[in-house]
Amino acid sequence: MTQTANRTWTEVKTPRRAVIPEGLWLRCPSCASMVYRKQMELNLHCCPECNHHFRIGADERIRQLVDQDTFEPMFQNLAPSDPLNFVDLKGYPERLAAEQKRAKALDGCRAGTGFIKGRAAVLACLDLHFMMGSMGSVVGEIVTRSIELATERDLPLIVVSCSGGARMQESGLSLMQMAKTSAALARFDRKGGLYISVLTDPTTGGVTASFAMLGDVIIAEPKALIGFAGPRVIQQTIRQELPEGFQRSEYVQESGFVDRVVPRSQLRNELARVIDYAGK
Amino acid sequence: MSSFYQLEFEKPLLELDRQIEEAEADLKRAGGVSPESSSPDALAIGSRVDALRARRAQTLIDVYSNLTAWEVVQVARHPKRPQTRDYIDLLCRDFCELHGDRRFGDDPAMVTGFARIGPHRVLIVGHQKGRTTQEKIACHFGCAHPEGYRKAMLKMKLAEKFRLPIITFVDTPGAYPGIGAEERGQAEAIAYNLREMSDLRTPILSVVIGEGGSGGALGIAVADRVAMMQYAWYSVISPEGCAAILWKQANKTTNTAAAESLKLTAADNLRLGIIDRVITEPVGAAHRDPAAAAKAIEQWILVSLPELERLNADELIARRYDRFRAMGAVTETASA
Repeated sequence: MTQTANRTWTEVKTPRRAVIPEGLWLRCPSCASMVYRKQMELNLHCCPECNHHFRIGADERIRQLVDQDTFEPMFQNLAPSDPLNFVDLKGYPERLAAEQKRAKALDGCRAGTGFIKGRAAVLACLDLHFMMGSMGSVVGEIVTRSIELATERDLPLIVVSCSGGARMQESGLSLMQMAKTSAALARFDRKGGLYISVLTDPTTGGVTASFAMLGDVIIAEPKALIGFAGPRVIQQTIRQELPEGFQRSEYVQESGFVDRVVPRSQLRNELARVIDYAGK
Repeated sequence: MSSFYQLEFEKPLLELDRQIEEAEADLKRAGGVSPESSSPDALAIGSRVDALRARRAQTLIDVYSNLTAWEVVQVARHPKRPQTRDYIDLLCRDFCELHGDRRFGDDPAMVTGFARIGPHRVLIVGHQKGRTTQEKIACHFGCAHPEGYRKAMLKMKLAEKFRLPIITFVDTPGAYPGIGAEERGQAEAIAYNLREMSDLRTPILSVVIGEGGSGGALGIAVADRVAMMQYAWYSVISPEGCAAILWKQANKTTNTAAAESLKLTAADNLRLGIIDRVITEPVGAAHRDPAAAAKAIEQWILVSLPELERLNADELIARRYDRFRAMGAVTETASA
């Protein structure tokens, strides 16, 4: 008998693999291939293998859409407060402070003016990295001010949405942001302004049920989750399997509520094209 | 009263009701109290009944003046609570119902039609939850579909055309979350209503009569004046939904905490500037005296409408815009 026969599995020590620096590679959730992060990032944060669109924050979105060095940020001095004294497992101010530190911004919406392929526009981007892009008073206020700015200067307005919905921690006041932004869009519409709404993964709840669905032209990134109620809520209500691709961009386009599904690589071109067609 | 739906916090009342019933039976056996002949026994029992009744009345007042937010939500959902159709019966004359959205169908969860209130010709729009099991199922328990919101908007545009004021009754747990509703554009239907309502050139009054659940409620509540019944709730999400997300589970403890945190009662919404008026309900809430509740709503309508009708349309929608434009808690800091 050889020595190995007496060995038990618990004693076996597998040699440690060479250490891979944290986050240098990642697995694509769509095609499961190992992706070199740098390469993915250079590809507009899309998988080089299957073109899966990774979620991106507002700053990266602006970098991708606006001509270099033309973006002038606005309304970034608006800070949220805790009008309700909201406490769940954690206090709202505590949550806000943590998010603000991480996101290096006061709330979840970046806005300003810039040029898209030489065309001036007002751009507002919700930031998924700040409390799931949820809409509280500040997000609603920044979107509204952006709309008013576009109305005033007769500029095209582009809002890139990605949101879990209205922010629970500001309850009724969050809800009222839906009415506020929609009312501002009514005025913009009456003045003949062009509003392009860009829906990205995920756009749900109160954001979808207000400004996100009010675009003159509504563009969606491929396979983005777009809906009013979340799929889990629907499943719990109706207790049956949801159809394949339900609430994804392509499905929503088929239902008639999205004008065009546009891959990220084409987004800038498409925005410029629509601005030109509207003569803005 | 034994078949009457009981709320947990009404248990003290239940006990008193039992005692009153017993005492009344005793009184009957003792020959009752009458001006002609009453035994001293019967007189004693009679005064006991009176004392118990007085105590019950006081207890009812006490219970209802100390409700927690979560208990208010339960009152708002009371199966006997008056609904849109009840209020139409109680405070409108000559209701002329109008059906259908002329696009897809007729959503019974949304009731629309012409009616007369006092000297006014108005358009009524309201969520309907349903009373009988059959009606509840047809109405999806007050959860309207996109066709319901489109029906509401179509009729509201009609009201604008004929310069009829619009009265909306809000009573929904939320817009319906289902496959068909999503496919037919639930979000778009609500969003469109929010935008168009802000621009309707006719006065709009909204009353949250029971549940004001999120976007589904707001979809017919972008009004010049918004009132809430004393025991109604209005919030961005139901307490259960909020508890399930933020507390990771919905049970009595977390629901109570969520309801508290969401500041969903009429008094809280008034303080936050979301509504303009709390309409006081009869003692023990609207389901104990629907006619009195309807009267209170009617009074508010009769006072508010003439004030709004004095404004010309431009001024009206400018003020409506300002009303919603001012909402939110935002602090301007010196720099980003």
